Amino acid sequence: MNRILHTLLALMSHWRRKPLQLVALLGGLMIATALWSGVQALNAQAKTNYDNAARLLGGDAVPSIALESGGRFDERAFAQLRRAGWKVSPILEGRIHINETSLRILGIEPLTLPPAAGISAGGGLGPAVFEGFMRPPWRALASAETIELLGEDTGTLPPLTASEGIAPRMLIMDIGAAQAVLDASGQISRLLLDPAAAQPGTPLAQAAALPLTITENEAQGDLNRLTQSFHLNLTAFGMLAFLVGLFIVYSAIALAFEQRLPMMRTLRALGISARMLTAVMLAELVTLALLAGVVGVVGGYLIASALMPNVAASLDGLYGADVAGTLSLEPEWWLMGIAISVIGAVGAAGYSLLKAYRMPPLASARRYAWREAQKVWLSLQGGIAVVLLALAAILMLTADGLIAGFASLAALLVGSALMLPPALAVILSAGQGMARRPLSQWFWADSQQQLSGLSIALMALLLALGANIGVGTMVEGFRDTFNDWLDQRLVSEVYFDARTDDEAAQIEAWLANRDDVNAVLPTLKTEVRMGGLPVIVTGFRVHESYRNSWPMIDIAPDAFDRVAAGDAAFVSEQLANRLDLSLDDPIEIGSWPLIVAGIYPDYGNPKGHISVEIGAMRAKLPDAERGDYGLRVAPKDTGALILAMRDTFGMDDSALIDQSALKSYSKGVFESTFAVTAALNVLTMAVAGFALFMSLLTLAEMRLPQLAPLWAAGVTRRGLAGMELLKTLGMALLTAILAIPLGLAVAWCLVAVVNVQAFGWRLPFHLFPMQWVQLIGLALLTAALAAAWPIWSLRRMPPVRLVRVFTDER
Amino acid sequence: MLAIRDLTKSYDTLQGPLNVLRGVDLDVEAGASLSLMGESGSGKSTLLHLVAGLDAADAGTIMLGNMDITALDDAGRAKLRRSRIGLVFQQFNLIPSLSVAANMAFQAQLAGRLDTAWQDELVDRLGLGDLLTRYPEQLSGGQQQRVAIGRTFAVRPDLILADEPTGNLDEESGDAVMHLALELVARTGCTFMMVTHSARLAAMLDRQVTLVQGRLA
Amino acid sequence: MSVERTTHPRTNIRGLDKSCAALRPMLMRYVHAVGALAGAAFLVLLLFLFPAAAQQQGFAGLGGEADGYARVTPNKDITFPKDHGAHPAYRIEWWYVTANLIDEAGNPLGVQFTLFRQAATPDTTGEEWARTQYWMGHTALTTADSHLHGESLARGGTGQAGVTATPFEAWIDDWIIASKNEDFAPLRLAASGKGFSYDLTLATDAPMVLQGEGGYSRKSDRGQASYYVSQPFFEVAGTVTIDGTSYKVTGGAWMDREWSSQPLAADQTGWDWFSLHLGTGEKVMLFRLRSTERAPYFAGNWISPDGTSQAIPADAINAEPLGISTVAGRSIPTSWRLTVEGHDLDVTVGALNPQSWNETLFPYWEGPITVAGSHEGVGYLEMTGYPGDR
Repeated sequence: MNRILHTLLALMSHWRRKPLQLVALLGGLMIATALWSGVQALNAQAKTNYDNAARLLGGDAVPSIALESGGRFDERAFAQLRRAGWKVSPILEGRIHINETSLRILGIEPLTLPPAAGISAGGGLGPAVFEGFMRPPWRALASAETIELLGEDTGTLPPLTASEGIAPRMLIMDIGAAQAVLDASGQISRLLLDPAAAQPGTPLAQAAALPLTITENEAQGDLNRLTQSFHLNLTAFGMLAFLVGLFIVYSAIALAFEQRLPMMRTLRALGISARMLTAVMLAELVTLALLAGVVGVVGGYLIASALMPNVAASLDGLYGADVAGTLSLEPEWWLMGIAISVIGAVGAAGYSLLKAYRMPPLASARRYAWREAQKVWLSLQGGIAVVLLALAAILMLTADGLIAGFASLAALLVGSALMLPPALAVILSAGQGMARRPLSQWFWADSQQQLSGLSIALMALLLALGANIGVGTMVEGFRDTFNDWLDQRLVSEVYFDARTDDEAAQIEAWLANRDDVNAVLPTLKTEVRMGGLPVIVTGFRVHESYRNSWPMIDIAPDAFDRVAAGDAAFVSEQLANRLDLSLDDPIEIGSWPLIVAGIYPDYGNPKGHISVEIGAMRAKLPDAERGDYGLRVAPKDTGALILAMRDTFGMDDSALIDQSALKSYSKGVFESTFAVTAALNVLTMAVAGFALFMSLLTLAEMRLPQLAPLWAAGVTRRGLAGMELLKTLGMALLTAILAIPLGLAVAWCLVAVVNVQAFGWRLPFHLFPMQWVQLIGLALLTAALAAAWPIWSLRRMPPVRLVRVFTDER
Repeated sequence: MLAIRDLTKSYDTLQGPLNVLRGVDLDVEAGASLSLMGESGSGKSTLLHLVAGLDAADAGTIMLGNMDITALDDAGRAKLRRSRIGLVFQQFNLIPSLSVAANMAFQAQLAGRLDTAWQDELVDRLGLGDLLTRYPEQLSGGQQQRVAIGRTFAVRPDLILADEPTGNLDEESGDAVMHLALELVARTGCTFMMVTHSARLAAMLDRQVTLVQGRLA
Repeated sequence: MSVERTTHPRTNIRGLDKSCAALRPMLMRYVHAVGALAGAAFLVLLLFLFPAAAQQQGFAGLGGEADGYARVTPNKDITFPKDHGAHPAYRIEWWYVTANLIDEAGNPLGVQFTLFRQAATPDTTGEEWARTQYWMGHTALTTADSHLHGESLARGGTGQAGVTATPFEAWIDDWIIASKNEDFAPLRLAASGKGFSYDLTLATDAPMVLQGEGGYSRKSDRGQASYYVSQPFFEVAGTVTIDGTSYKVTGGAWMDREWSSQPLAADQTGWDWFSLHLGTGEKVMLFRLRSTERAPYFAGNWISPDGTSQAIPADAINAEPLGISTVAGRSIPTSWRLTVEGHDLDVTVGALNPQSWNETLFPYWEGPITVAGSHEGVGYLEMTGYPGDR
């Protein structure tokens, strides 16, 4: 025991002398743990929310019974089925708008709700939450943030009670209350079937008077599939950050190992066995890793908390998935984070530990030939890089499926990162060949030697920049396209939604008498399933407004006339991709045969979309519901028309909206959609910056023997510092320039491969050179910040420390 | 040539200020060679470093010709090292990232007085012809010190300062290095000052001085 | 004719622990175990079906104040078929059937069917989902080595559960007891649960037996009472199915009807209730009502084969536990010595299956018993309010 303790103390004394290495080791571990566990927390939180949502919807475990044709039905079916022995519970769902907030209403019947349909209203709820839940004036449960969002004036809603675990913008209430709020007296959306109860003898068709059918709910599946790419993205980022962190750890440990070699030999000579020495080193490492793990997990929690609102906004914008903006984590998550820190540290130290175990007590006289080692290392790395890049290219051209798309992206990124040091080595030796003056010769030669020490940091920088350029190019391209598309797609100046058919008829009659309204464009809507996918069918009036402006990817001649005739349809790009449709292909909506006459982009819509002529749709799909109306008005008359409609029909902002408001709303959704990418970009740059900083710090210590002879030969410390800064900036610049082609390749892969696989639509590929300039600037700034302290301390280094290089024993 | 008057230097240590040099007076004529001896901590290396302009003195003057080294600022001392002084240390003399040839020429190029004929002669005399394309870590200790000496003489300095130049070498290769160095001192007529522990090596030089507790004995 | 009439406190909405403090951990365990809404449902039930429970008044809220509800008063006419139906102005009501049966091989078994009604508010005007009448159904089947049971909850106003007087029908889901023709009897009794079902015919020509003073049944010396009538003379034939195997069964059944607004005193925490079918054709109902503050309250009725019902004086009854079984982590007396002075009854009763535990929202013991001693026979025993460790 005593021996172990003293060995440990001797080994640990190293850190007191080299605190920077300790900082690098702990810092790397903390970053790795923090980012990894932070991303895990984000994913876990989102998943919990999906699961809650899915469970609320009657998710995977609870089948539901609904009308074959969709839509609400008579609540009497509930008692009929119960009396026939079917253990069902009614659900009424819907949306309302209050204070410009769209709210999802979930009406439940608590007494019959199957246990498997758990709603996370439980937890630490006091019984008081349910006071009055099942009788007028009722009570609605919502998350605290939803209640805050709604404010004081909640209109006709029942009194609100805060409850944990409910998705944002969702209200859970008794089905009786929901019928009142949704104006759906006597109606239910569907029935949950208790999966634990036995199926009764009476068949469904006989038990109920309505054409009902049992469906396994696919909402969760849809959401999972749709959000998969997003989470894969996050996970990939987490893995990348984790690896960078571990690289930092690896280099810190390897350095400490080298520097502790004499001490370890002495310890061995003093009678410590190799096994004991290795064990003590492992114990030391685990102690440090636990320490870093705890701090890292706290950091991960903070990162995740900070990012959660962005992630929630992105998920909402991309998929309409309701995810809470706050974080709640299980104890397992914390333990997992700490465990990952320990596992990561031991993994990163494995080679050093093995070397310690195998080390002979006597030093061999062999000199370390770094130049040959570097050559071997560079060519090996270059070889792997070439293989990976080739793999990336093959995958990119043949990718089928999201995983292949991401694999291609991963191969591209890792391959490029590995390719960086060999590429830099070639550039540097070319530079050296051209250099004539002694200091510039030294500059190039020394850069080359530094390469091995800096390569990991530079690789991190390359990845961060490449990802930044790639994602930036995609987002910018998306933004441009989306804005153009919005301009073309939103043809009408005013949109409104009538509350009832009567009101719709009244408004139509009223509009017909107004001179300022040039056209009234009604729509019909219904949802069907095609090839297992939810598809929205919209009926529209074939009007000049559409003919002139509807952006199409592909369109047949006379397409609008054929659609007007009722035997052709336009389909959205994502639906065309999923069902493998092209022009003139036949499709069927129910028993209505149609020909594809055009394919149009429908960005961001997780559901498929088909547009048909409204009159034909009314005839063929009589169950379709009335949709929004569009009004063509001269822009100058828009304000007056809206005011008049508001006064005449008492319409509020949710029912009556002008084009510009709709555009700014859509653009807002777009911005929040990519909110998290911006945050992740900043983080990747920060990690790269930290890696660079730590590398430069450790190098600064090791590099004194290289700098001291120059200084002795008459180069001032200031001159040396200047050259060191120039070298760091030069490396960063070279890396940034090399990152541009990587970024473009990443962007292309995202736009043309991953996006098509994930969302079903392809984006045009635009270049944004100003973005590159900005990023190069950012890279230089990162490098300058990372280099600032090591270089400043070199400038201020007391001469005696430089002199000591020549006199100290190594 | 070199005139040192009342030179003092102390370092701050955890145990308080350590007075390394306590008023040293020393004169060395041009072209002479001198050995500095003394026990560990006697201040002999510090004296050498101050003369070399590697560090600043607390008080006193060091006149090299008619230039007062102690009055120079950092940049001035760097220029001094570059152009007038040659330094050879026990180890880490060479720049690891440069080849032998580049190392040899480095300081002369810095000082702006590269003389290729003289460079060739030095390579010849020091027997480095086969090693020019190699790198420092590929050389033996003796070879490294020969390159260091070559680099130093390439500048044709007024004063060459050596701090235990053979301290890391075995006796045979140490002696070989010493002989080569002394031949070059004779060939160039420069002044040579060397710190050493070894009375045998010291005896090879014109004059021997011993430091005891920061003063000349 | 009868000297004293008492109620049997089968007032069940079952055996609750005596205080809120003991109740809450159990509820929270439920919330956590079943998760979320299932837990929420239980909370809802607890708080609205049994609001008084939270105020520490007796068990299952049966000892709460009855403000706003119709009050139980003596000398009220109870008439049939009207009073087979529901009485929504009263807070609580039940239709309760227990049957002692044997299969063709002579193996004894028991069947239980219960429908409870509870008003959450005195307001009976609510329609559909707003109606504040709630229903709870229990069904069980007990053999010597198994006890199977089921539970279902419903709210009034939807048709999922309810009772009509003419023709008589009481149901929740597909669990039902209903007249087979215009007359009250014969009745069809059918229900199911996990692993079992039964479909029985209950026949009798006997009129309903009024308990207490013409159906007014006291439950304490302090005014708590209920309306209480029984039909203990049913003859039963039908089928039971256990794990897919059907058995033809015959035997006798006992039906209780009771409604009240405040049937128990606040300090009364649980009861032991016996219904006995004696070999002589006589029927006996006895109960012991346990109190935290007073001596147990005894009551009972002696019913002749011709249907004459006579209240038994409290001091003539003794019920003494003989053997304790551990059931669901609780200590429960599953065999007893019962004596009734004046009728020369001195018997021991024992459970057919000591593990006749209904693990329902409010768990309790209910199962068939055999009678031996001065009289032979069978019967049913119900025990509530025995605290568990959990």
